[in-house]
Amino acid sequence: MPETFFPILVLLGVAAIMAATILFLNAVLGPKLRTRKKLETYESGVPLLDASRKRVSIQFFVIAMVFILFDVEIAFVYPWALVFKAAGWPLLLEMFVFLAILIVGYAYIWKKGAFDW
Amino acid sequence: MTLVDGAIVVLRVVVPALILPALVIPLVWVERRVAAFIQDRPGPNRVGPFGLLQSPADIIKLFTKEDVVPAATDKFLFLLAPSLAVFAALSTFAVVPYGPTIRVAGKVIPMVGADVSVGLLYVFAITSLSVYAIVLAGWSSNDKFSLLGGIRSSAQIISYELAMTTAAAGVVLAAGSFRLTDIVAMQEGTFRLLPVVPRWNFFPQVIGFIVFFVSAFAETNRLPFDLPEAEAELVAGYHTEYSAMRFGSYFLAEYINVIVASAMTATLYFGGWSLPGFHPEGWLGGLLGLLIFAAKTAFFVLVFIWVRWTLPRFRYDQLMRLGWKTLLPLSLANLLWVALLAIWRTSR
Amino acid sequence: MTVATEPALSPAAERLRGRLAGTPLAGRCEVADRDLPTIEVSPDAWPSLARFLRDDPECRYDLFVDLFGVDNLRRPGQKSRFETVVHLHALARNEHVRVKIPLPDEKKPALPTASEVYPAADWFEREAFDLYGFDFTGHPNLRRILCHDAFVGHALRKDYAPGQRWFFAEEDMKAPEWATHTDERAGHFETQTISIGPSHPATHGIIHLIARLDGEKIIRAETNIGYLHRCFEKMSETHQWNQIVPYCDRLNYVSAMINGVGFVRTAEKMLGIEVPDRGRLVRTILSEFTRIMDHCVCIGANLVDIGALSNFIYLYQNRENIYDLIEACCGARLTVSYVRVGGLAIDVPDDFVPRCRSLLESIPLFLKDVQKLVDNNRIVRQRLQGTGVVTREQAIAWGLTGPMLRASGVPYDVRRARPYDFYDKFDWDVPISNEGDNFARYLVRIEEIRQSLKIIRQALDILPAKGAVSSDDWRVVLPPKDAVYHDMESLIYHFKLVMEGIRVPPGERYEWIEGGNGELGFHAVSDGRGGPYRLRVRPPCFANMQAFQKMVIGGTVSDAVATLGTLNIIAGELDR
Repeated sequence: MPETFFPILVLLGVAAIMAATILFLNAVLGPKLRTRKKLETYESGVPLLDASRKRVSIQFFVIAMVFILFDVEIAFVYPWALVFKAAGWPLLLEMFVFLAILIVGYAYIWKKGAFDW
Repeated sequence: MTLVDGAIVVLRVVVPALILPALVIPLVWVERRVAAFIQDRPGPNRVGPFGLLQSPADIIKLFTKEDVVPAATDKFLFLLAPSLAVFAALSTFAVVPYGPTIRVAGKVIPMVGADVSVGLLYVFAITSLSVYAIVLAGWSSNDKFSLLGGIRSSAQIISYELAMTTAAAGVVLAAGSFRLTDIVAMQEGTFRLLPVVPRWNFFPQVIGFIVFFVSAFAETNRLPFDLPEAEAELVAGYHTEYSAMRFGSYFLAEYINVIVASAMTATLYFGGWSLPGFHPEGWLGGLLGLLIFAAKTAFFVLVFIWVRWTLPRFRYDQLMRLGWKTLLPLSLANLLWVALLAIWRTSR
Repeated sequence: MTVATEPALSPAAERLRGRLAGTPLAGRCEVADRDLPTIEVSPDAWPSLARFLRDDPECRYDLFVDLFGVDNLRRPGQKSRFETVVHLHALARNEHVRVKIPLPDEKKPALPTASEVYPAADWFEREAFDLYGFDFTGHPNLRRILCHDAFVGHALRKDYAPGQRWFFAEEDMKAPEWATHTDERAGHFETQTISIGPSHPATHGIIHLIARLDGEKIIRAETNIGYLHRCFEKMSETHQWNQIVPYCDRLNYVSAMINGVGFVRTAEKMLGIEVPDRGRLVRTILSEFTRIMDHCVCIGANLVDIGALSNFIYLYQNRENIYDLIEACCGARLTVSYVRVGGLAIDVPDDFVPRCRSLLESIPLFLKDVQKLVDNNRIVRQRLQGTGVVTREQAIAWGLTGPMLRASGVPYDVRRARPYDFYDKFDWDVPISNEGDNFARYLVRIEEIRQSLKIIRQALDILPAKGAVSSDDWRVVLPPKDAVYHDMESLIYHFKLVMEGIRVPPGERYEWIEGGNGELGFHAVSDGRGGPYRLRVRPPCFANMQAFQKMVIGGTVSDAVATLGTLNIIAGELDR
């Protein structure tokens, strides 16, 4: 079994080399004329008014949290989908129970307005 | 395993990996020409015949531009991010079957980079790497527009990844395998009840297909989901601070991702290289299969282009609403529907 | 000996005098009748007069039109060196009124602000402060607006030496206090200030929006303008009347023709000359075509900003075709300088009418394409409906005009309210919408394009096939070249006109027309020389832009961009 992954390893190597080559070639071919203004951070052409790295809004964090929850759900659904055909009805009922619990949480999040900005 | 076998194994995966970025060059030209036709103008037609050399010229330009690294950036991550984008884009294609299994000179050659048992999982794992490329770019640039683009992007990609993977779970359920060659194999032939219709997953799982395809737009940051780089709002989004070929890397990655997303759509829902009544034999069969696969992929690539030049962009909250409130429930419904269908099929 | 008899007042002035009679204001202001009913008031009585004019049930001058200064240093016989002139409009009766406020203190000209009564006065007062140094006491944010922070002096004063140069460095830039300081206690620790513009893809001209963001939401905003300021009004004071026409083109360069027409109309009214029908009809036709271009560019650019890329090209094709027509008429495309005081520079080409008619055929086709793509597109509707909402009351208070005002449900269109040229003879409608959001503005503009086409069609029907396009008053219009070569009188007129310019009788006048973005007015003061003593342009963008910083609050960055698009800011007009 592991040997089927060998080509992937090769590919990962090739991809990494290509990504690196692109940037290396650019570094060799491109001119280097550094000025202070050029190295400044872009802010629509005016001096910075505020720091760039600050705490981001809590809304993004909520989305990330919800994502983790649902990603775990997916991790559960995939093996289920894989073996489903072999088991049939009992597994479907189990999934219904699982999804029912999940949907209660989903409805709660929806109601709480986590998906509204 | 002889040396020849080893070489074949390596070539099977390396050749597509080299062809894929090479395909981007004509693809950019196609996109610009198609956009031009949509907009009733000629498009690039000066460099070379039909303007075909426009893209190579642009690439040469990008390579010979100065690679500016702004002073306030986090140098290492700033360097890493575009490489990661290209790396993730190139690696995805490894498990996608681009043709049938053929026998040439007594050797069995499956036309797929690596026929692994967890093919679909591998695809999702690698594509979710591309979010790092964008988030890291946004963060390391130390620029507000980049950061906003990066955050928008991470929220967008993870939201649509959920819908996408849940929709694809329906395909896994129908095939009973993560292996993409199995998924293609189960779509060969026609339906028993309707012998004229190919057994493509598209027909029983049309909702799943819609969710998958819409999410694919979001995953590749193409209009109407190009919020991370929404030009009029965020200048260039996460790659505002990038120049020369580092900017080009994102460009390259975007187009490779479009090809891969189209290829995945063709594989999961439209039978990949297969066609009802097509039984490949020898190298000619392999070539034909490859052409069928390429044609299906090209069709979806054209849809990508067509949509881009037709639809406007969502607003961030609307995007979230669509992803969480529409696509996710739809994909779950699709999953249950496929499960019921499978039970109905086995019970008969 | 003659007895000085008071001339009869116009009904509007009569009404003003009557209403003012019983109030405490009566003794402090006097009503006269010039080209407009004019009230002269002392600075201290101005705020209460403003309140009276706005609130009095029979006056109700509810729309703030313009406020500017005049420096009478080289214009003897005036009450005081500095005066502030205000124009107001009563929507119910379609009447303008002028308020003149002579400022007695020459050293420190000051008057109370009217921005509490008319919120729209805010930026206009800042401009008068910037260019004349008038101190508006009580103004919430009295700082320069068109000139930069490192500028010294007040450029429109007559004794300002024009050769001076003031350099502006990055360090001179002043940002509002709230932009640079985070108020931790107010729970705003997650907010961030960003600059959208001056160099940003959404700011098609050059403007600068400082916005404080909470995530994607804008919670505070302020706009800076003036990046394209190029002293239009100052330059006008040193040029002859006809020489100003090319500068006018550069005000709203998207609808250049309309600006020129607006300007020369002021001069023509002061001179009291009539332009032949053919000339006025050609002006009307080209103005309406220009309006179509203006709206096309506005809609197209707005749709590009929200990501719909193809519509722009469809709409732009119209613009290109109209440019071809204008090029055939005068040889220029963008900045046409086609009009002259008294008529047009040259006659239109022989195939003018067929060209116009073929445009009338082609424009609706492109429009149909766009409407198919946009009108029922859910994403467009989600993006534009309910965003950038301006209620009727807000629109009036902020002094909006043009499509912005009409999209908020106020049917004020100068072409209908005070018909000039032939607009009262045509059958056309003023489209309005009551929603006041971005989508309403899109719809109003689309419909106005259709109405313009309708007007052009009717104008072409009554356009005389032959005849002069310019007046034959050779004190104003250059005599034909042939006559100049062959007869002495024409030669003298030609010489006088070229060397001295048009002698416009002393006086002042305000003339306004409907520009692409709203009421475009030119207020000219003449002292009898060959050029205006003072020329004030009332740029519709200025008032519209002023509302922007209030409209974006509470929306997202994406909404701000969409709203900026429907405002149709043309920086050339905004900054002058």
